[in-house]
Amino acid sequence: MSKNTIIPIGPYHPLQEEPEFFKLQVEGERVVGVEINIGYNHRGIEQLCEQKSYDQVTYVVERICGICSTSHPFAYVNAVEDLAKVVVPERALYIRTIIGELERIHSHLLWLGLAGHFLGYNTVFMWSWKYREIVLNIFEQISGNRNHYAMMKPGGVRRDIDKEDIPTILKGMDELETKITMLKKAIMDDPVLHARLKGVGVLTKEEAINYSALGPVARASGVKIDVRKDEPYAAYDKIDWDIIVTENGDLFDKVVVRILEKLESIKIIRQCLKKIPSGEIDAKIKEIPPGEGIGRHEAPRGEVFHYIRSDGTNSPVRHKVRAPSFMNVATNNTTVIGTNVADAVIVLAAVDPCYCCTERLYVYQDHKKVMDANELIKLSQERTEELRKKLVV
Amino acid sequence: MNFYFFRDFFFSCVWEVFYPLDRKVTARIQYRVGPPWYQSFADLLKLFGKETLIPKNSSVTMFMLAPFLGMSALLVSGFILYKINLFNMPGFLGDLIVMVYLFTIPSLSLILGGFASSNPLSSLGSSREIKLLLGYELPFMLAILVPVIQTGSIRFSEIIQFQIEHGAVLYSISGSLAFIAVLLSVQAKMGLVPFDVAEAETEILSGPLTEYSGPLLGIFKLNKMLMFSILPLFVLSCFWGGFGNVNPLINILKFLTIVVIFTLIRNTNPRLRVDQALRFFWFKLSVISSIAVILALGGM
Repeated sequence: MSKNTIIPIGPYHPLQEEPEFFKLQVEGERVVGVEINIGYNHRGIEQLCEQKSYDQVTYVVERICGICSTSHPFAYVNAVEDLAKVVVPERALYIRTIIGELERIHSHLLWLGLAGHFLGYNTVFMWSWKYREIVLNIFEQISGNRNHYAMMKPGGVRRDIDKEDIPTILKGMDELETKITMLKKAIMDDPVLHARLKGVGVLTKEEAINYSALGPVARASGVKIDVRKDEPYAAYDKIDWDIIVTENGDLFDKVVVRILEKLESIKIIRQCLKKIPSGEIDAKIKEIPPGEGIGRHEAPRGEVFHYIRSDGTNSPVRHKVRAPSFMNVATNNTTVIGTNVADAVIVLAAVDPCYCCTERLYVYQDHKKVMDANELIKLSQERTEELRKKLVV
Repeated sequence: MNFYFFRDFFFSCVWEVFYPLDRKVTARIQYRVGPPWYQSFADLLKLFGKETLIPKNSSVTMFMLAPFLGMSALLVSGFILYKINLFNMPGFLGDLIVMVYLFTIPSLSLILGGFASSNPLSSLGSSREIKLLLGYELPFMLAILVPVIQTGSIRFSEIIQFQIEHGAVLYSISGSLAFIAVLLSVQAKMGLVPFDVAEAETEILSGPLTEYSGPLLGIFKLNKMLMFSILPLFVLSCFWGGFGNVNPLINILKFLTIVVIFTLIRNTNPRLRVDQALRFFWFKLSVISSIAVILALGGM
């Protein structure tokens, strides 16, 4: 048997800014095996959440992801409301929906730009990031922040959307619609893109189900799942919209799904702004009873899942977060095999991975926690010190 | 050592001044402001001031020699081209063939450098460059035959002279077909998108350049900058009458047009896979070139 070459992608690689490690076994230029190593990040988010009060946790989970920064708070507040059985005011639900969809648009635009960059198509990169600015400006106007909008709050939202802001949002949506339609045309008609993307990195429907793929990755393979429809929350059941599903599961379909979803998001936002009722925006939760709560939100990358357990005190006893990349990154196991090295990188990136959101680390032995956050930090510091000494010598 | 030596030396080396145009046009296409014109030179200066790291397992001589090989070939070709175009030097018999030969050397230097650095990614990049070289040389040579057939000469000065008298090769059917083929194969020669497979940053870091640093990397960058002006000038001389027009402004405009065409192609396409690139060169571009040659033989 011939000896395979190993092409390392990561832990530091220009492909993705986050630390991840894909060991590609290569024969010539064809990938025959892949080993996925993630776990370079330890941030102790869950542990941290268990030390904060319920209001502060919203603030902490917002920092899990910089791109989909409202997804985690959204799922978290859903979990807390599920736990406390709160009825959230209608207006707050609509505002949440608007924020969630605006975020989907900017996240998908960001991914589209990066995908262009991975293909060496830097013009798409720059253009789609330029159009992303429209969304970010709207966010700045609504919330004062471009990326961490801090709109979510158990029981409602922090800020109202002013009447004066609505025309600006609508204008932004009109502009975005023309731009996205233009991008859609440019991408769908480009013969070179067709050559690069069609039939590459196919994830069949069966595999998508077996790997529990989520979000656009699953929908591109023909699996019709979307938390917004399957288990409606916020205002998604009061709005008329469709799940975008394509059949082939190749890279091209993953691009198409994400582009069409952006247009669908624009549709949702327009309807929300039309239907939004007036009234309170906060249910003012007084206390959290003991119990469990589950919150889900369809983030741009797929379903975000939050689990909260309370013992009636001020802070959660257990807080579990599962980011969609956790499921989606594993699909690389099948999609990457048999592709060319040149295609492998874009296949790896097509799931829109977000490692920092995904990774958790505890050390357990015989059902007992042997290392907690502080010990892990100490371990890491010692290791750094060791390396530093080695480098000096 | 006299004035002419310095003049010639200056004109051989000065071709990289057109490179900032590429960055500026690229920036404009992408809605950016773009770097100031001297940015590329500042980058070079910085690289020349840095330490040279040589990987442990590399074959040192080859590793060090490779960038200079490419540069010397480019400087010689730049010298011949400017002499013929700006100072009406008669050239020598067969200088066209020498040029075509010289233009393969920068690619060869990249291949040698990549293999010498004994890095899996560099080797991968080098093998891709070899495949690409095999791909684009065929349509390139065939297309260069068209001006030779039309003008009946393999001497540059005569090709240009013929075009001044009888109109540019580009204006005939065979000439324009060959022009397209040459543009695309030169795009690959310069390693620009969509044919930048050898250096595909997001796939294999920088391919053959992965292990290079400091001045050696600087020389490779310089090669790239030189190529970006010398090859357009070559295309201009073969197909569009060189600097033969009486009005120097028109000559410069023609030259810049060709440079900008390369930049435009580079900015409106994603990267092809190496097998797709090969198929494109062999089964599409070579066919176009062959048709052009046949048409040229038929006098069209």
